[in-house]
Amino acid sequence: MAEKLFLEVVTPQKAIVSEEVESVVAPGSEGEFGVLKGHTTFLTSLKIGTLQYKDAKGKERYLFINGGFAEVLPDKVTILAESAERRQDIDVGRATKAKERAEKRLAEKREDTDLVRAEAALRRAVHRLKIK
Amino acid sequence: MATLKEVKSKIVSVKKTRQITSAMKMVATSRLRGAQNSMEAFKPYASKFAEVLGSIAGKSGEDASPLLVPRDEVKKVALILCTSDRGLCGGFNTNLISKADKLIKSELDGKQISFICFGKKGRDWAKKQSQPIEDEFIGVVGGNFEFSVASSSGQKLIDNFLAGTVDEVYLVYSEFINMAKHIPTIKQILPIPSLDGVSEGSAEKEKDKDGQFLPEHICEPSSDALLGEMLPKNIFIQIYDALLQTSTSEHAARMSSMENATKACGDIIEELQTIYNKTRQAGITADLMDIVGGAEALKG
Repeated sequence: MAEKLFLEVVTPQKAIVSEEVESVVAPGSEGEFGVLKGHTTFLTSLKIGTLQYKDAKGKERYLFINGGFAEVLPDKVTILAESAERRQDIDVGRATKAKERAEKRLAEKREDTDLVRAEAALRRAVHRLKIK
Repeated sequence: MATLKEVKSKIVSVKKTRQITSAMKMVATSRLRGAQNSMEAFKPYASKFAEVLGSIAGKSGEDASPLLVPRDEVKKVALILCTSDRGLCGGFNTNLISKADKLIKSELDGKQISFICFGKKGRDWAKKQSQPIEDEFIGVVGGNFEFSVASSSGQKLIDNFLAGTVDEVYLVYSEFINMAKHIPTIKQILPIPSLDGVSEGSAEKEKDKDGQFLPEHICEPSSDALLGEMLPKNIFIQIYDALLQTSTSEHAARMSSMENATKACGDIIEELQTIYNKTRQAGITADLMDIVGGAEALKG
């Protein structure tokens, strides 16, 4: 059995996760990275994506992360996310609609559309749906 | 002297007022609890963020981000004014507004000022002063709001600052100290004041906790790039924090002012009741005198 490390996912609204886990895989801005106990101290920004972790019982769990930062210490991982959702909290209907809306906006390519924002919205929606 | 009927109806109306104020107090109490909870929930995020920010700020140079550089000549200033949407909370809004007014008339005298108003009261005041209102957010303070409110308005400010349409940004909000004490506070958020204080504070905290400094982090991307990404977030955090504190203060202020009003109603009712009793007695005495006088007259 692998040694445990502590995972904390905090958002401005509340702490989403605060428990012992076996491993964590997070979407770093320079690429995905995995963490086991004893990882070197490490600080990175995160992009929109999926945080995957194996809880104390060895069960795989998934979280949607809306960008943020991760601090890795040998026995602890802290994720600071602007928002995060557990799989059961994701609203599929809303995500699907958001995806369609964003796709439409990107396809239209009107001059007044904020492309960066539309792309971010699309990415968020796609990742939400993928987790579900 | 007022007639019995008049006094009676006055008592009834004051009693009704008391009912309303005490109900408002109860509403404010429960909202206050909610606001305090969200303030508590925000704390772990804010403190962790400050800690991480401090540890990389120490490593990065002054020129890590354009947000740190003060302008040589400050002409245009943006003021974020946090007030409540609704009144009946004592001097809460007046205090905040006079704080902002003083700032404008002293330090910022002669500069071009634009407002970003959270809350109706502050907006109405800015309108009356015929100051330009850049942005207004109603229904945020005192209600339930999300972090995205702070980040979207903060992002706009940062864009304006980088584009040069704004040289300095100040935040006026009410700091929540405890139930009875909330202080109108001014904070400069752009350009970001020196980070030295932040890094020292958090370094000490880390030392206390582990008995030693945290080892150097490996940063990805570079620590400067990371800092550049974190600084705007830090501004959002400050705005969000200010909104939370203002909301909490608003409910606390309303609660205490409604409690005072309820008490005052009680006092008035007592006074009116005394008047009522006295008037009633005077009436009875007068009636008795009449009867006795009449009886005496009949006796001859």
